Amino acid sequence: MDVITRHFGKVAVVAATGRVDQSSASALESALSPLWGNPDVASLVLDFSGIEYISSVGLRVLMIAARQMRGRRARIAVTGLQSVVAEIFAISRFNTVLEVFPTVRDALVALSPEAAAAYDAA
Amino acid sequence: MQRVRFWGTRGSLPVALTTESVRAKLTTALRSARGMTFDSDEAIARYVEGLPFEIGGTFGGHTACVQIANGSSDYVICDLGSGLRPFGQAALARHGPGVPQTYHLFVSHLHWDHIMGLPFFGPAYIPGNRLVFYGAHRELEMALRRQMEPPSFPVNFSTFNASIEFVHLEPEMTHDVAGMQVTVKRQHHAGDSYGYRFERNGRAVVYSTDSEHTFEDPTESASFATFFRNADVVIFDAMYSLAEAISVKADWGHSSNIVGVELCQLAQARHLCLFHHEPALDDAALSKMLEETRRYEEITRIGDAVRVSAAYDGLELTL
Repeated sequence: MDVITRHFGKVAVVAATGRVDQSSASALESALSPLWGNPDVASLVLDFSGIEYISSVGLRVLMIAARQMRGRRARIAVTGLQSVVAEIFAISRFNTVLEVFPTVRDALVALSPEAAAAYDAA
Repeated sequence: MQRVRFWGTRGSLPVALTTESVRAKLTTALRSARGMTFDSDEAIARYVEGLPFEIGGTFGGHTACVQIANGSSDYVICDLGSGLRPFGQAALARHGPGVPQTYHLFVSHLHWDHIMGLPFFGPAYIPGNRLVFYGAHRELEMALRRQMEPPSFPVNFSTFNASIEFVHLEPEMTHDVAGMQVTVKRQHHAGDSYGYRFERNGRAVVYSTDSEHTFEDPTESASFATFFRNADVVIFDAMYSLAEAISVKADWGHSSNIVGVELCQLAQARHLCLFHHEPALDDAALSKMLEETRRYEEITRIGDAVRVSAAYDGLELTL
């Protein structure tokens, strides 16, 4: 699984590709943990358009991220769910845990107009 | 191992259909019959049989009690929930009170929903019957006696006329019991619970309820995959959605349908049976969960398909 992090204003956008399962969940957690602990990151957007599958172990990482972000009144969203991953989110009820948006831009507009402007200018 | 029969499938506490829910089912059934004619009782029966389960049936409301028919004349039961009462009534109706029977009763843990049926177990009051309780908790006998002491119950444990035995089973070991090999596994639950893997003549049934899977220990999945390996059926605690089980209900000691599918796929088990249903879920919600679980198994399948079903009071699985 590959992970790339970009920053737009106070929003961190993490784009992940591949599968999030027992063997790769720790890589996702390693990428997210510095962000959920960083008070300069007001919101976290997970661009999952490149994620083909996520297991319960991967979803557990997202739950930890959601708890950490909410613990400091920060927001977290996920975008671009492929159809299978969207089904997994629905069946596991993770669509009630994280804010879900069609695209990164949609998420940024909802979370931070400044970040959306920076995204558009990039 | 020949059959598994479910006498109680709910978690936490017994529930019953309400008048409101019965009327809703009747209304739906009558609405879908609009314009039809039924010229015989058989035609009505066929129509009722064809209704969706959540309309024409119910998951029931008794707490955990599962019978494993292994080809022996002895009875084998997992847990003493309120479903033990109808099981006892059925056994008495079958044999009559004058024909002694042996009952092997395996107890997963001592929480009330898993032992509350014992005071109402008719065969326990009949001389000549033999009750053998198995468990890995040292407090098993104390817990069963205590729930029948004043002021909780009017009749105490000593009024049982059947012969009573207690057998302690060491966890993480395999024991020869009642013609079966029984492997006992400690599970994550308040006060611990124990899962049982029953094997006989090449067939295996796993009873794994009240078991939370946190996956904080990376060896946990492998350990349960070994316990479930190639089982003909895994009776699995799927009380909550995954999101609930690892958030607001974390450390409540229960698991989810998602984890059940993943573990059964990893273990190459043949059949996952969702069990220990949340009492707040009605028949429609449980039917939806079953449908979603089957879909989850389909989209995550990594080998042979795992059959998925949801236990209900009265369900009988043939192995």
